Amino acid sequence: MKLTVNGKSVEAQAGETLLNVLKREGVHVPTLCHMEGMLPSGACRICVVEVEGQANLIPSCSYPAAEGMKILTNSPRVINARKTVVELLLGSHPDDCLYCAKQPACDLNKLSRDYNVTSRRFPVQRKKKPLDISSPSISRDPDKCILCGKCVRVCEEIQSVACIDFVKRGSDSFIGCAFDSSLNVSSCVNCGQCINVCPTGALMETSGIEPVTEALADKNRYVVVQHAPAISVSLAEEFGLPAGTDVNGVMTAAFRKMGFKAVFDTSFAADLTIMEEASELAHRVKNGGVLPMMTSCSPGWIKFVETFYPEMLPHLSTCKSPQQMLGAMIKTYYAKKQGISPGKIFSVSVMPCTAKKFEVTRPEMGRAGNPDIDAVLTTRELAQLLRLHGLDLKKLQPEEPDLPFGDRSTAGKLFGASGGVMEAALRTAHFLLTGKELGNLKVEAVRGQNGVKEAKLKIGALEAGVAAVSGLGNARKLLEEIKNGRKDLHFIEVMTCPGGCINGGGQPFARNKAAVVERMKALYAIDAQEKLRVSHNNKAVQQLYKDFLGKPLGEKSHTLLHTKYTKRKAADVG
Amino acid sequence: MSSPSKVDKVLERHSFAKRDKLIPILQEVQAEDGYISKAAALRVAKHLNIPASKVYGVATFYNQFRFKPVGKHHILICRGTACHVKGSAGVLKMCEEVLGITAGDTTRDGLFSIEVVACIGACGLAPVVSINGEFHAKITPDKLRKLVEDIRKTENSNAAK
Repeated sequence: MKLTVNGKSVEAQAGETLLNVLKREGVHVPTLCHMEGMLPSGACRICVVEVEGQANLIPSCSYPAAEGMKILTNSPRVINARKTVVELLLGSHPDDCLYCAKQPACDLNKLSRDYNVTSRRFPVQRKKKPLDISSPSISRDPDKCILCGKCVRVCEEIQSVACIDFVKRGSDSFIGCAFDSSLNVSSCVNCGQCINVCPTGALMETSGIEPVTEALADKNRYVVVQHAPAISVSLAEEFGLPAGTDVNGVMTAAFRKMGFKAVFDTSFAADLTIMEEASELAHRVKNGGVLPMMTSCSPGWIKFVETFYPEMLPHLSTCKSPQQMLGAMIKTYYAKKQGISPGKIFSVSVMPCTAKKFEVTRPEMGRAGNPDIDAVLTTRELAQLLRLHGLDLKKLQPEEPDLPFGDRSTAGKLFGASGGVMEAALRTAHFLLTGKELGNLKVEAVRGQNGVKEAKLKIGALEAGVAAVSGLGNARKLLEEIKNGRKDLHFIEVMTCPGGCINGGGQPFARNKAAVVERMKALYAIDAQEKLRVSHNNKAVQQLYKDFLGKPLGEKSHTLLHTKYTKRKAADVG
Repeated sequence: MSSPSKVDKVLERHSFAKRDKLIPILQEVQAEDGYISKAAALRVAKHLNIPASKVYGVATFYNQFRFKPVGKHHILICRGTACHVKGSAGVLKMCEEVLGITAGDTTRDGLFSIEVVACIGACGLAPVVSINGEFHAKITPDKLRKLVEDIRKTENSNAAK
């Protein structure tokens, strides 16, 4: 069908929304409540356009294109309406933009500038609602909320957690947990996807910057850092570099400039995780253990199973996440090797994840009341720390990480993308079960952005069924299938966030999905370029087993690298 | 705490209900228990296979649902058009001030609760409040304060005996 946009004739498909057509034509239409790939909600009205012959302006996000429509997207009436929408939203929004941690990524602030709003037109006496800082991962400021509903939708429709919803009605309404409880006692899994979709500063990570700067300034602390596989391919965006730029070397240099005594790569621990997890899988296959085995790297997923599917806990691998494995190695093996008391070490991890902030608080993740990881920073917070130190990634020379936890295989690096743990584990499981390397190391079927990726793979005599799912909604569907008797799967990788850690709740605010795709491509490019592509050939990992751990699934591994899970109570789950 | 058996009885009548039955079920639970307790909301959520946040969201959307048991003296304040014109906003404000609670809530001692209703059907007597079913016509903030204080006095002297 044909329609006219601002006087120009354009093509459209039946059933398409106007917003879709306009975007394809390169016509900019602002949105606040719209979510790519999801049904429109039409809540915010910022996307209104004028259609000839219609008395009212119509929201383009939810209105279907029709033959012969004549659309105006920038008429004075449209601009005036959009400006009024912004002014009304600002009427009850605080004025503390100078101090708001969301800057400069706030959508409301951008709209206010784009639509030339220069003063408060509708002063509203605000009912001040208290901050919710109960969660170790996510801070909520209801005063900054514009009720777009994106957090509610991502929590329910993508993650199937649904711990928040609209409460009350009209001007009294706010986003809250069931029974108005705080987030930490709800079924929230700390994934932070709500932060990533929030257009304002209403949702932010709980900041870990202060303890880190304090530790760095304290001469009695020995501050070390580890960074997750996804960080080096994501941080660049915070400094205006193209999405997918790998800044591993300069990031290492930046850590040293800020005073970190040692810079370790969590990808090394990912290799270690693979040694333990692939051995565990091989053990379960050989000894009739509980199958399918499910990965345990993603702390949001772990909390999800503990809260909603406690009966499925035996399916989870007992392996700690790479962060916690490295944390345990730093405060035992490394401390001893360096002759430093574990209590003196301040161990920082930089993660693409807000749930990692929760994971480090789990009582089992330490020894004698001393946590293995002392502070977690998100990718965004690392960028903030760099700015605080006046460091520009573009002006630094790359440096090498520190030993003994600096070398990694590319398999460990793949942990940053959904399907990566699976691919890395298959490479090593194949070797462990057959004594031979996997013929083609690239397992195409578990790559890409799909939320559910399944494959059949021959490992010796075993026809292994594997699946990599991301987004907890997809994980829930698969869990239900398994509960209902599905038996063809042996090994399942679950990542809490859609696409995996590259799209984690602590990542740079991406304006579109393209940035996430670039981050994923960067990880696979690293895998294609380097020589060491399997975890079991990582010499540093082999050395660690020789010097300290013994063998995978051995006694030391059992106490330091493995963990237990328990049924978890939540205020909103009966 | 509500006794689970009462909620169970309601849910038995809706064994195969889906989420569209949420409101009727909540109404029946409230009819049995006098309010929607946390335990009851969780049971209903589980029964309908919907998140508790959704049950709470729907229940708080409507004024008819309460989350605490009603007080011994339940005060209905009419906020319909006629009563509004005759100053019911001030009556409500006074009531909330005197009792130290907001509409929909119950005092800690369990003596009073306030509920706002859209129209009580007695517009000729506006503004009107009803305490335990007894109507008080042409009420003013001061008259209401006196009513509440009188009840309190009686309750206190009863308690002293």
